[in-house]
Parts: sequence; C-alpha cells; structure tokens
Amino acid sequence: MEVLAVLIPVSLFLGLGGLLAFWWTLRRGQYDDPEGDSQRILRGDYDDHPKV
Amino acid sequence: MRDTSADSDFDPAGYGPAPISACPACIATPSAVERARAAAAEASARIMLSVPDAHCALCIQTVESDLEKMAGVKSARLNLTLRRVSVEAEPGVTAQDIAARLTGIGYPAYELDPGQLSMTETDKQGRDLLMRLGVAGFSMMNIMLLSVAVWSGATDATRDLFHFISAMIAVPTVAFSGQPFFRKAWAGVKNGRLDMDFPISLAIVLATGMSLFETFNGGHHAYFDAAVMLTFFLLAGRYLDFRTRAVARSAAQELAALEVPRAIRLVGSGEETVAVSDLAPGDVVMVRPGGRIPVDGVILAGTSELDRSLLTGETLPVFAGPDLVVTAGAVNLTGPLTIRVTAAGKDSSLHRMADLVAVAENARNKYTTLAEKAARMYSPSVHLLSFAAFGVWMWITGGDVRFALNISAATLIITCPCALGLAVPAVVTAASGRLFRKGLLIKDGSALERLAEVDTIVFDKTGTLTMGTPEPVSLDGLSREALEIGAALGTASSHPLAQSLAQAARAQGVIPAVLEDVAEVPGHGVQGIWQGLRVRLGRANWVGAEALDVTAAYLSIEGQAPQAVAFADRLRDGAEEAVAAFRAQGRKVILISGDVPGAVGELAARLGIDDWRAEALPEDKSAAIEALQAQGHKVLMVGDGLNDTVALSAAHVSISPASALDAARVASDIVLLGASLAPIPEAQRVAGKAVQRIRENFAISFGYNIIAVPIALVGLASPLIAALAMSVSSITVALNALRLK
Repeated sequence: MEVLAVLIPVSLFLGLGGLLAFWWTLRRGQYDDPEGDSQRILRGDYDDHPKV
Repeated sequence: MRDTSADSDFDPAGYGPAPISACPACIATPSAVERARAAAAEASARIMLSVPDAHCALCIQTVESDLEKMAGVKSARLNLTLRRVSVEAEPGVTAQDIAARLTGIGYPAYELDPGQLSMTETDKQGRDLLMRLGVAGFSMMNIMLLSVAVWSGATDATRDLFHFISAMIAVPTVAFSGQPFFRKAWAGVKNGRLDMDFPISLAIVLATGMSLFETFNGGHHAYFDAAVMLTFFLLAGRYLDFRTRAVARSAAQELAALEVPRAIRLVGSGEETVAVSDLAPGDVVMVRPGGRIPVDGVILAGTSELDRSLLTGETLPVFAGPDLVVTAGAVNLTGPLTIRVTAAGKDSSLHRMADLVAVAENARNKYTTLAEKAARMYSPSVHLLSFAAFGVWMWITGGDVRFALNISAATLIITCPCALGLAVPAVVTAASGRLFRKGLLIKDGSALERLAEVDTIVFDKTGTLTMGTPEPVSLDGLSREALEIGAALGTASSHPLAQSLAQAARAQGVIPAVLEDVAEVPGHGVQGIWQGLRVRLGRANWVGAEALDVTAAYLSIEGQAPQAVAFADRLRDGAEEAVAAFRAQGRKVILISGDVPGAVGELAARLGIDDWRAEALPEDKSAAIEALQAQGHKVLMVGDGLNDTVALSAAHVSISPASALDAARVASDIVLLGASLAPIPEAQRVAGKAVQRIRENFAISFGYNIIAVPIALVGLASPLIAALAMSVSSITVALNALRLK
C-alpha cells in the first residue's frame, strides 16, 4: 500500500494541472465561438499565424 | 430596413438610453459611459454587427476577407456561434458603412450597440459561471476516484485517509462553486421566499457538513462526491440557462444603437438642437426631410408628405401642409416643416402609448413557467420529507441524533433537484439553438412555453405580412424614354414611390435620362426639363392626370398624355406559407391593420384570411386581442410598428421582425432575424415539442425520486446509491433534451 503515498499526490497534481489548463483556455476566450472554431480548423489560412 | 434610431423616449420596458450598459453604476453615471466611448473612438473603434445569415466556413471566409479589403478596416472576425462580426476599424468607418457593404455581398447585417460595456459584463458573468463549473468538474473527478476505492472496500485507516483527502478537495470547491446558489438562496430567504435554491443550498451544505463530521469521527459514509456532483450538475443547468438568455438579450435589445432623440428648436434669430425632453408646448421646431417628428403639434409652415406607416399602418404617405395636426413618430419625407408644439414628453401620444404598453406588460408578467410550478410543489415537500425522516428515526432509535441526521441528509441529497435543475434549461437551450439556426431569437425562456399554447394568430399588415415598401406593379405600359425620365426624376426625390420607381427602372437596366433644373415640389412631386420639355412625376392633380383608385404615381411629359404607374406593397417572403401552415393546423388567423379597408381586404383575400379588420387604432388592436383572450384564446401577435406595441405586449406571446421599430422589438418575446415569415409555424411546432420534452423530463426526475426516496428513508442509501441516482437521472434528462427535433 506504500504506492498510495506516490499515487495520491500524482492524481491530485494531474487534476490540478487539468484545472489550470482549463483556466488558461477560458482566459484565452476559447469557448467564445465553438461553432466558428470547428469550421476554422478546416482552413489553412491561419496555420502559421493564428488569428486572435 | 426602417429607420430605427429615433424614439428612445418611447421606452416601455425601461430599456431606453440605458440598455447600453448592464451595470447599474454606469446608468447612474452616464458620463462615465460617454467618456469610455469617446476614448474608444479616438484610438480604433470596435464595431459589432449582427449577421444572422452567416452559417458556414465559406461565410467566415467571405465576410472576413471582404471586410478586411475595405478601407479603414484593420481586422474583422466573425463569431459563428453568436452570428456576429466584430470589426476593428479606424475612427472614420461607421457601422452603417460596414452593414451596407455586408448587405451588398449577400449577408444582411444589423448594427449592434457600440457600447461594449454590457457585452464585456455578460462575458464576465459567463466566464465566472464556467470557471465555477470547471472547478466543480475537476474536483468531482478527483473525489470520485477516491470514492471508488472506498466503495470497493477500503476500510479503517485507508478509508479515513481517503475521506480526509476528499474533504480537503470538496470543502474549498463547495465554498467556491456553490456561491451562485448560496447567494440566491440567501436573497430568497431575506425576501421570505422559498425557491429552488434553498433546498439546493441546504442539501449541499448539509451533505458537506455531515460528511466532515463523519470523517473526523471515523464514520463509514461520506457524501463529498455527492455534494460536489450536485454542485456540478446544477451549475451546468445554470450555465445553459444563462447562455440562452445572454445570447438573446445582447442581440435583440442592442440590435440598433439608440440615440437620445433630439429636435431642432427655432429661437428668435436662429436654431438650436435640444433634447426632446426639454421641449415645451408653444415651442416651434423644425423637422427636416427624412427626420422623425418628435412631438405632437400643428404645422405652421411648409408642405411635405408624412410617412405614418409605423404609427397607423397606412402604406401611403399623406400630404402635409399648414394647420395640419401631426402626431409624434411620423416621418417627414419631402420638404422641411415648421411645427408648433402642442404636447411634448409625457403628454405626447407616443408617451401615452408607452403607458399602455407598461400596463399590458404588467398583466403578462403574471405567467408562471413550468419550472416555477414544479419548484413551488417541490421545495416544501422535500423539506417536509427530510424533517419527517429525522423525527421518525429519532423516535425509532430513541434519540440517536447522528443516525437520524444522516438519514435526513441522505434524503435531501437524493431528492435534490439535479435532474430538475437541468430539465428546463437543457430543453430550452436545445430548442432556442434550433430556432436560432432558423433565424428566430427567443428573448425570454418562458416565451417557448407560451408559444406552445397558442391557438390564434394575429398579424399586422404593413411591414409584417408585407414589406412596407411599395413596388411598381408593372413597367410594361411605359415607353423606353418615359422610363428613362421616370428613373431620372425618381432618383431626385426621397418619396418612397419615386425611389421605388427609380430602383425598378435601374433593375431593368434603364439608364436615367439627363434632365435640367430638377426640383422637388414638396407635397406634390418632382419636376425637371428634358430636351426643352417640362416633365413631372408626382400626384395626379399636380401632373394633370385622372387619379386612379389604386396607389399610383403619375408621369407627364409636356405635350403628351400623362401616364400612371400603379404600385403595390410586396408580400413579405414566407407570408403565404406561414398563413397557410397555421390554417392547415386548424388555428385561427386574424389580420388587423390600421390601413384602409380596400388594401387590407385585398391582402386578406390573397392570403385566404377570412377574419380581417381595417382602420384599427393601436387601442383597437390591443382591445381586440384582450377580447380574444377573455374568451380563452391564447393569442400570438406578429407586428412591427409603433401602433402594434400595445398589442404585442397584450398578447400571450409576440413576434416582431428585425426590421421593426425598437419599441416593437422590445415589446415582443421573439425577434425574427431573417426577412421571411416562414419559420414562424416551425417555431410554434418546436415550442410544442420543447414543452413536451420539459414535461417528460419532470416525469423522469419524479420517477427516479419515487424509487430512490424510499431507499433513503429506510436508511439503506449509501453514497454509491446517491451518486448513481444523481448522475443517471441528470444524464437521462440531458439526453432526452437533445432528442428535440
């Protein structure tokens, strides 16, 4: 059961990482236009320079 | 599209000059808003336009690349979810320019309020909710991971450790993510109301508190997962609800920038521009061609024609000369008018109509939604049940408070309205999303429910069933040169018939003739010299022609007999389909218009409407609707004019086209974004389906409770059962909502 001492911090750390990633995407406005983004990904225009 | 910029003093629902900002502080200090605007205008202005027809990847490309080619535009971005384009441009570029350009390439665009404040405010609220939702989601997953270990048999020290770690995650999460519920519940308690938020908050707090106590005492059951899951699912419902309302609110009410209505007052030597509210009876004001008359009054000097279609529903402009009594809201077409004010501000006819609207709105606000009905039954019964469980178990166990409280908490958690909180928002989101794609904006969640109940449809004529713009019936009767002269004269006038003739001629490829000395004779027509001959386009008696009994303009060339060009108001796209579909469904269709009987009767016959009324005043329209509703009918009113606003607010539910006046759009529940009326019967069908789904969802969550409550009451509920009941019922309800077709 000693492995728990490693696994629990790891799982908490991963969860926190996911939360931070979510917070970052939210701040960058990635949920403002889901429909438009799903269409934009099919175009090559912004591959090099993403449009803000 | 009609001029929708004036008349913000006509403000039935308090959306007046203030809707620019959603923050109350900004309303209190308008100068702050103005300052912010001025600052924004100096650097580079961000302009927002609604583009209802954008729907695909190609649309993004066309709109963005075309706008970026426009002079002065720095960048453009189309938001497909909100059907909105946001343009960053140099100060010189106006929203009208961009709207015109977009309309030119086939994407009709409407100006949105440039006041960014409310939008960022809405964004902030949405992000705040989303953040709380995210935190609850991630905590839920982590706690669930630990809970699975407990459910699968972890005991003693391991179980206690897992409970402690869960507590460390759950307590901050609940404190952060549960705030929207706690705040609302507290506000409700202060006002002596028990709404849905109270049992929700109680269940979350009780579950967390009990579990903390159990954890510290080495107990077997901790409900941290249930408490966080509850928060998560309910926040999801809250967020859906919020988004539906935010999209509708921003697009419908900010559709056109409102400006403070101003008037030109004549004083002694010159003229000064003043706010309409500063005008007093006895003042003399000047109204230029194209301007809206701001007050009730009497014409002192000048001749012109007045477009009263928004006030009365009449299609044709009426002649205006000295001593004619005019009412606020009419549009001056051809010549400048000097008007002596007889009533302004609160006494004017516009304001009296606003008062009527307010009365009608109050009557309608009494509608109780299905969700409110459910909450009203639900809250007391859940509390009773939980208290009863506590009492009974205290009696059975002979005073074991810990055990009785555990049962009571489990009952609250299991009955907690997870599914109930999702049942309505999920369906409303699905339905308004569907309708939005068809070009309908639902401004109010309860509008769907009300639309589903409709059995009678009342249409306005001018601007609703028809486009409100006359078009030549046929140009075949005119010779080529007459057409060329007509086009040239028509271009020179701002009269709708003249403009329409010029446009129709241009559409046939006619090149306007070269005229000299072209002059508009206000109230009569326009004249010029063509190859030495005098040519005129205007009223029958001025041109010297026999007046026909249809709407017509008359063209004369010196030395030739005058010719008449007949005009008819074009039917709005989809009007025939909409009326036919409602009739096929066996619903009553009524046409009520302020126009003359001849025009109304002809249109009614064309559409197959048997029940029509003409020459109706605004009061008559609302009285007719109230009479119908008194007989037990549920009325849907479709209208666009000022004369319809009272009727729109009196009706059970109302729809107005995007081209309608501000006041009409504010008074109606649903705004039609496209030009066609065809989506209305479809909307009604979707609304019916949506209400059916909402009822099904209530039945589903009720069914789960019937199974789960007895288990909780007899003390068999474990955290595992609570988690299962909660997630399964929430997911079923959400899936059922997605079935909406």
